[in-house]
Amino acid sequence: MANIVIDNIKKSFGAFQALKGVSLTINDGEFVSLLGPSGCGKTTLLRIIAGLETSTSGDVRIGEKSVIGLLPKDRGLAMVFQNYAVFPHMTVYENVAFGLRMQKADDARVKKQVEKAAGLLHIEPYLDRYPNKLSGGQRQRVAVARALAVEPGVLLMDEPLSNLDALLRLEMRTELKTVLQEAGTTTIYVTHDQTEAMGLSDRIAVVHDGRIEQVGTPVEVYNNPATRFVGGFIGNPPMNFITMPVTGGQVTAGAQQFAVPAQGGDIVLGLRGETVERAPTGHGLDMHVRVAEPMGSHLLLTGSILGQPARVILPATETVKNGETVGLTLDPRRLTWLSPESGVSYPAAA
Amino acid sequence: MTQSKPWIPYALILPSVVFLGLLFVVPLVQTLWLAVSDNGTPSLANMTTMVTDLHFGRSVLNTFLLTLAVVPVQIVMALTMGSMVAKMNGGRETILWIWTIPLGISDLAAGMVWLSILQNTGYLNSILFGLGIIERQTAWLTYQTPVALFIGIAIAEIWRGTAIVMIIIVAGLNQVPKEFKEAAEIFGASPWTRFTRITLPLIRPALQSALILRTVLAFEVFAVVYALGGRNFPVLVGEAYNWQNQNQNYGVAAAYAVLIMVISLAATLVYLKAVKVDPERLP
Ligand SMILES: Nc1ncnc2c1ncn2[C@@H]1O[C@H](COP(=O)(O)OP(=O)(O)O)[C@@H](O)[C@H]1O
Ligand SMILES: [Mg+2]
Repeated sequence: MANIVIDNIKKSFGAFQALKGVSLTINDGEFVSLLGPSGCGKTTLLRIIAGLETSTSGDVRIGEKSVIGLLPKDRGLAMVFQNYAVFPHMTVYENVAFGLRMQKADDARVKKQVEKAAGLLHIEPYLDRYPNKLSGGQRQRVAVARALAVEPGVLLMDEPLSNLDALLRLEMRTELKTVLQEAGTTTIYVTHDQTEAMGLSDRIAVVHDGRIEQVGTPVEVYNNPATRFVGGFIGNPPMNFITMPVTGGQVTAGAQQFAVPAQGGDIVLGLRGETVERAPTGHGLDMHVRVAEPMGSHLLLTGSILGQPARVILPATETVKNGETVGLTLDPRRLTWLSPESGVSYPAAA
Repeated sequence: MTQSKPWIPYALILPSVVFLGLLFVVPLVQTLWLAVSDNGTPSLANMTTMVTDLHFGRSVLNTFLLTLAVVPVQIVMALTMGSMVAKMNGGRETILWIWTIPLGISDLAAGMVWLSILQNTGYLNSILFGLGIIERQTAWLTYQTPVALFIGIAIAEIWRGTAIVMIIIVAGLNQVPKEFKEAAEIFGASPWTRFTRITLPLIRPALQSALILRTVLAFEVFAVVYALGGRNFPVLVGEAYNWQNQNQNYGVAAAYAVLIMVISLAATLVYLKAVKVDPERLP
């Protein structure tokens, strides 16, 4: 029904380039997250897609039709704002009905659609109330219901959960996923929270400094980050980056040897903290543990490997004392190798 | 926060309460008494004198007509001006600064400015004569040209008093997060619908303040009228002034003052009811 093609979008605010050529294709019914740190241009891109902001150059096509120059209302989309933007002077019912009223829908259709959306979001008990009396989570539901009531081809969400407390966020996340799966709406979801993006998305586009650094399924971007930035941004703890010398196309870590896609010089090992196994020292990489934190579900070790800062995760059954040196075995299938100069990773096949 | 010295807030508020008490409540009580007494005994003589005076009916009518003409125009203008500056990116402050210049001028000086434009030898006649529209000096501000006089006074009042309304409305508009308007836009509201269905309801508190303030000030109109029309256009405060200074009759002047206060209070109550601000429906 509505796929989205973002074609080389650029946006400058004066001399400042907020978007430096962004291209992305989103399939019909797909849920894609724009994930990146604050200030990287996510909101700007979303607003350009919505038509609230004009791009400096580039094209946006929704359902094969270029929407550049179209008013937001003619783009067939709905949006959920970061601060909800639920109208305080209208009842919840009128809020959810707003888009339909603007389309001059008859009362019967308004009623049917509002009830349907309210049912999906479990806000029927509040329909007669004013938003002021609702909690953040309830307002959030109203905002989503308002967007879904018009049955948009495309749903845009800008950090919709960021104003909720942690527990509520988790709850709403699960619920959003269920609701949106049911609605089957093409969704672009902006967030700076990588767990949110991982949990919700079909695909994640990692945005950094006005560019898309990598697009892929959550598992792809997690396991095979395209760049050092992606590896460092996704995952908790973030990926470790350890610079190691290469001799004859090989890297040696204690008794372990790995063929790497470089002949000499240095290479950067991208190491996910939970992919290691404990071993006698000297077997793989040795880690000097500065702090060992038993987290209940696992044991988090912070310290250094080859003199470079590192964080790894061991099973909760292990015991490690602060100041101890532990040996770690690496899993050759789960290593990422990156160029020390460009920070770009070598293809995973290597 | 320490609770050890609960009297501190009261001590800090006290001077302002004393100040207001001495300079507001005492004169108020005195004026009230002056209005409803005669030589120290309660009497409605001053009221009767006021109501039966030749100028009374016209001054009430003029004051109300002027208020009815000026306040709605000012509110609409202020809303238009406020919405226009809200759309600007650069230069907002400069424009606002220019628009608020009339605020810095006393009302009498404002009256003089418009007198220099509208009097027989004023700029308006010069221009009209220069354009060949009139053959000789035309009088606009006499009792024989009541409509022109009324329009002249209304324009001068609008020029002088719109800025204060605009400031309140701009402050109100600034309080409305732009996401509300953007959300409305996304869901298909036209600019006019956004204004009437989103912006206006959300600036109700500012609108209410502006209406009350401006209406009360309109009922107190005097200096501009005095400069342009003198007694050709009697208004309530002008009559109070005349009874006080010309006739040296403080009792009747006090009766006028009390009447103005009652009208202002009534108008305020009407606005509080009509432009209801429901805290539940605010952001
Ligand atoms: N209207 C604007 N004028 C000037 N700079 C802006 C404007 N909007 C956004 N920016 C800048 O563009 C960059 C990207 O902003 P934004 O898209 O809001 O980031 P994000 O949503 O990823 O946090 C930021 O550096 C921000 O300061
Ligand atoms: Mg943002």
